Amino acid sequence: MIEFISQPWHWSISGAMIVLVMFLLTWFGGSFGVSSNLRTLCAIGGAGNKISFFNYDWKSQIWNLVFIGGAVIGGFIATTYLMSPEPVQISVSTQAALAEVGISTPQTLSEGTGYAPSEIFGISNLGSVANLIILIVGGFLIGFGTRYAGGCTSGHAISGLSNLQLPSLIAVIGFFIGGLAMTWFILPVILQLS
Amino acid sequence: MKYIKYILVGILFGIVMTKSEAVSWFRIQEMFRFESFHMYGIIGTAVIFGAIVTFLMKRSKMKNISGEEINIPSKDFSIPRYLIGGTIFGLGWAMTGACPGPMFTLLGHGIWAILIVIASATLGTFVYGAVRNKLPH
Repeated sequence: MIEFISQPWHWSISGAMIVLVMFLLTWFGGSFGVSSNLRTLCAIGGAGNKISFFNYDWKSQIWNLVFIGGAVIGGFIATTYLMSPEPVQISVSTQAALAEVGISTPQTLSEGTGYAPSEIFGISNLGSVANLIILIVGGFLIGFGTRYAGGCTSGHAISGLSNLQLPSLIAVIGFFIGGLAMTWFILPVILQLS
Repeated sequence: MKYIKYILVGILFGIVMTKSEAVSWFRIQEMFRFESFHMYGIIGTAVIFGAIVTFLMKRSKMKNISGEEINIPSKDFSIPRYLIGGTIFGLGWAMTGACPGPMFTLLGHGIWAILIVIASATLGTFVYGAVRNKLPH
């Protein structure tokens, strides 16, 4: 059983399991939207004293923080007890393109799991300008953009599109405009910085 | 005690995000390069099943665990808000390879550098809250 679920999951199983998560959260009285937690963190930190956007009943959102705390534990369990026998299998053409900008794709588990490239996320590489830009600016854009758009992949691409919301479709189009511009034009330039 | 069920679903979510490989920076690059069907398969399956489940929940007037009818609110219509906000998020998503769910899952993987991403994402949300009155919505 453990061996069976330790294999990488087929995309259709993964998609169905995400819907199970959305269903359970909705049934429990919540909803599936992860980025709201960032707003809750600001509210808990006292941002509501000066900025009305953060002045709301954040205690009613604690369930969502608990959920995302669970996701941290889930990530630990999956990489500790359910580790795949090989790294994430990435298409050869992507590997070649990434190699050109100095990112190597792990071929064996001793080289890495294929989740986060060590060239960017490795602690010993944190000093590089490119990596600091990626982590700090990238994170900032995620937090700013998700709240501006009112949701992220979970809230718009999954929950919103499932509820046939046109605003969510517009948001997802935006995700791709930004994602394509970054992947094809901006990120290769950033990765050339030392 | 009422929170235990949320921890359990969260654990399931973290496992799903990891085993689906949606937390992989490489998978996100591959998706935006259109060089694999994997991520499109995950999101496409989730939207199709999700639409059926959402339709049935509304149609059957399903009640949640505390006996109230489930209400899935519609989103207010606007173009600039979703398009600009979405584009800004997309830039960050392709940069870090992580959207908010995977961000927290990667912390469980022991990828400590993701703490920087989480901290600056929280700062980004704070700055949005501070300047939102000046932005087109």
